[in-house]
Amino acid sequence: MQEAMIKRAKELLAEGTVNRVMGWQAGEFAYDITPTVFSSADELDKAFVYNDFCSANVSKYMIKESRKEGKILCFLKPCDSYSFNQLLAEHRIWRDNVYIIGIPSYGKVDVNKVRAKGVTGITGIHTDGPNVVVETIYGSETMVKMDVMEDRCLCCKSKKHMVYDELLGEEGEVLQSNRFEQVEALENMTPEERYEFWRSELSKCIRCNACRNVCPACTCENCVFDNPASGVANKAPSSDFEENMFHIIRAFHVAGRCTDCGECSRVCPQNIPLHLLNRKFIKDINELYGTYQAGEDKDARGPLTNFTVDDCEPSIVHHRRG
Amino acid sequence: MQRIGVFVCWCGSNIAATVDVQQVADELAKEPGVVYSTNYQYMCSQSGQQMIQEAIKEHHLTGIVICSCSPRMHEATFRKTAAAAGLNSYMVEIANIREQCSWIHKNKEEATEKAIILGRAAIAKVHLNAPLTAGESPVVKRALVIGGGIAGIQTALDIADAGFEVDIVEKKPTIGGKMAQIDKTFPTLDCAACILTPKMVDVAQNEKIHIYSYSEVESVKGFVGNFTATIKKKARYVKEDVCTGCGLCTEKCPMKKVPNEFNQMLDNRTAIYIPFAQAVPKVATIDPNACMMLKNGKCGVCSKVCTAGAIDYTQKDEYIEQQYGAIVVATGFNTIKLDNFDEFAYSQSPDVVTSLEFERLMNAAGPTGGTLLRPSDHTHPHTLVFVQCVGSRDISGCGKPYCSKICCMYTAKHAMLCREKYPDTEVYVFYIDVRTPGKNFDEFYRRAVEEYGVHYIKGMVGKVAPKDGKLMVQASDLLANDQLLIEADMVVLATAIEPDESARSIATMLTASMDTNDFFTEAHPKLRPVESPTAGIFLSGVCQGPKDIPETVSQASAAAAKVIGLLVKDKLTCNPCVAESNELMCNGCSACEKVCPYGAITYSDKEFRTPYRTTIMRRVASVNPAVCQGCGACTVACPSGAMDLKGFSTRQIMAEVDAICK
Repeated sequence: MQEAMIKRAKELLAEGTVNRVMGWQAGEFAYDITPTVFSSADELDKAFVYNDFCSANVSKYMIKESRKEGKILCFLKPCDSYSFNQLLAEHRIWRDNVYIIGIPSYGKVDVNKVRAKGVTGITGIHTDGPNVVVETIYGSETMVKMDVMEDRCLCCKSKKHMVYDELLGEEGEVLQSNRFEQVEALENMTPEERYEFWRSELSKCIRCNACRNVCPACTCENCVFDNPASGVANKAPSSDFEENMFHIIRAFHVAGRCTDCGECSRVCPQNIPLHLLNRKFIKDINELYGTYQAGEDKDARGPLTNFTVDDCEPSIVHHRRG
Repeated sequence: MQRIGVFVCWCGSNIAATVDVQQVADELAKEPGVVYSTNYQYMCSQSGQQMIQEAIKEHHLTGIVICSCSPRMHEATFRKTAAAAGLNSYMVEIANIREQCSWIHKNKEEATEKAIILGRAAIAKVHLNAPLTAGESPVVKRALVIGGGIAGIQTALDIADAGFEVDIVEKKPTIGGKMAQIDKTFPTLDCAACILTPKMVDVAQNEKIHIYSYSEVESVKGFVGNFTATIKKKARYVKEDVCTGCGLCTEKCPMKKVPNEFNQMLDNRTAIYIPFAQAVPKVATIDPNACMMLKNGKCGVCSKVCTAGAIDYTQKDEYIEQQYGAIVVATGFNTIKLDNFDEFAYSQSPDVVTSLEFERLMNAAGPTGGTLLRPSDHTHPHTLVFVQCVGSRDISGCGKPYCSKICCMYTAKHAMLCREKYPDTEVYVFYIDVRTPGKNFDEFYRRAVEEYGVHYIKGMVGKVAPKDGKLMVQASDLLANDQLLIEADMVVLATAIEPDESARSIATMLTASMDTNDFFTEAHPKLRPVESPTAGIFLSGVCQGPKDIPETVSQASAAAAKVIGLLVKDKLTCNPCVAESNELMCNGCSACEKVCPYGAITYSDKEFRTPYRTTIMRRVASVNPAVCQGCGACTVACPSGAMDLKGFSTRQIMAEVDAICK
């Protein structure tokens, strides 16, 4: 796939369709993949990678990149295409300045799960049927891919691209995902248990803002948490609970717009399952207003910014648990 | 720093009996920025207002907090007071220590504590208040009346009399509504048609009134003084301006077996029809569900016989957009469906009829030509049983919890007319209570009992069973403590009335509020009974609650007076508390535009400066302050907080919350 992508990117650069390419390159370590903009065939040859560690969602970069001179090529995995489409719905990306190639994704590998198997000195990775082969400075290790796949990929919602100009590889289908099971587990807790669960998780937060910075729904020109006029920016918390509120406020801010891409949990250095907050909102929206997937249709009116006469009455919420 | 004055009102004993007003004034005097604090028996009185004005001048106040009743009651009063003393009206905040405090508490200590907290919140808000200036918006001098029954007709005539244009939108092919179906009217027993049809003609001839018959309101946008309505003129397949109403087509139409709605389905009409002889406009309408030409292209008789050439099978629904300054809802009522009342055998026997069907059976223009005949075998009935409160005052959930109000009187009328026209009949009326308040109403009822010998029996009918062409009526006489079995020829059910099914969607369109029974809510049950809480929307007739004709007509004229009061103004003062977008923070995501019920938000691409002498194009929202009604929906939808509401900014509300939680 990596070769095919580089080949096609070079063609598009050569024919002048695009003048830049949004892709990935290795960071300090081979598993430490970073989104990068390439502007020449040379750069692509030198650094462009696409492998099982390339899980970063690059759609958010298109907000700034699409406003620059000329067209940019962007490779989107199915789940990234939902985020991209949602940003289109919010008029955040200038579609005319982006050339999208949809690429398939068969699940990305969580390096922490690989490390947990005692593998160190990782220099590369490639898929081999149902297995992945991890190359290390000590030789290569083969393991079952399912065992080391990211949690969010294990409950993948769709292998189908929502928006693209062309596709590389085969197109998939929208899947029957069991992703709400984790939310149900939380709903089945008593309020006290749930409170304890979130307190213990959220108290790990170091407020590095990685979740907000990576989130494709958090794209405000001026985030309320950075805006002194909002009254909440850089405010000294009056209790440790107030600190936890950051994540709850963020979940409210992205409610109805979150596509459940799972980037927030992926980048969290403290491994807080932040996606569960957003996923709870998605589940509630589905149950109260009918199934809705943000990013599926860029012209759809999200249920939270729409009104229909058969909308549920607010009192219904009181009758529901959780 | 603001210089704030606090004025605590006793409201006689309304507040002072539960709240220690002196303590409230003393405590609030300690708040930052408060330079003057006092209490007085009636702040809204002449001397109370004078006290406020003097304090504003003497202490150079920049903001005032009135701890009193709900702002709905006297906010406007105190704003005027402040303005007269040279203080901007929007530097006034009301702490509602009556409805939200003294009226709901019994313990004086607790109520006093809460009153102090509410006062603190208002002080916190007024610190962040900024003077606002109200703009003006023009008034479109045209009114829309939705519904062409007696309510709509009266309202339209009165508005037109004052010289304003009025459009009536009626969903049926003719105006007239329920009153056109009624035979005689209580308590004077004059014929409904004789008093209604001249009014219908007046409407048709009035050059200020335009009737959109067979039409529905499709959507309404805008606000008081400036509504835009889209009216759907349904295709009637007859050119309205060409048809002469001669009725030849209705005689020749071969499709003669279409149930006649006007006669409550008691007889049939043709596929092309004029509902009744006095219809306005007197124009034929083709029923597309019955017409063979429209269904399968075979027939065309009406087109052949029409000498005027008015038939047009290709007619399409037409959409008309029109501006209005005011809208009157006069959507009226229907009788409820009797599916939940099997005990009365309505679906089993044609001789069990509703009162409205009975009206048609008694009406000279009805299916029997005014002779009372049983629908089943067209014989003369000798024993009639009237059952009151069928579905009214019903708390079992089968019917309606309210009293339909008109049934006692029309049942007395029916019973009286039966006995008068057919002295050989026995008439029984079963009732829970007889309710006859109204001018000459009780006299009317007593005449039915005393002069016409109608048997009024307190008690309910338990069951009606058809047997050998008769109806066996099982009932209890509560006063005699007796069980009765009456062999009746006809049973007439005083069926409860409910708002027309179109009312709910119209309420949604107009953002007008409704009660749990789908009756429109008035702005104040006693003091503003013909206005909806939504500005520019007025209520006429049964859409607001059950009423008889005299009441409907008075309410219709009252609504017209309110509309005229609005339309004579050239300009309306706008609410300056409108939303405003901070372009530097706006993402251009359209969330606000989607939730705005008034269409006040538009977007444009603007160039913004960025570092190093570069610029960037961004899509940003802007609010049209003349259209914005200050509902604040956009401010909560905005993810970045770029939208804010003047006078109710997020900072002000947070300051109030902080003050309460302190």
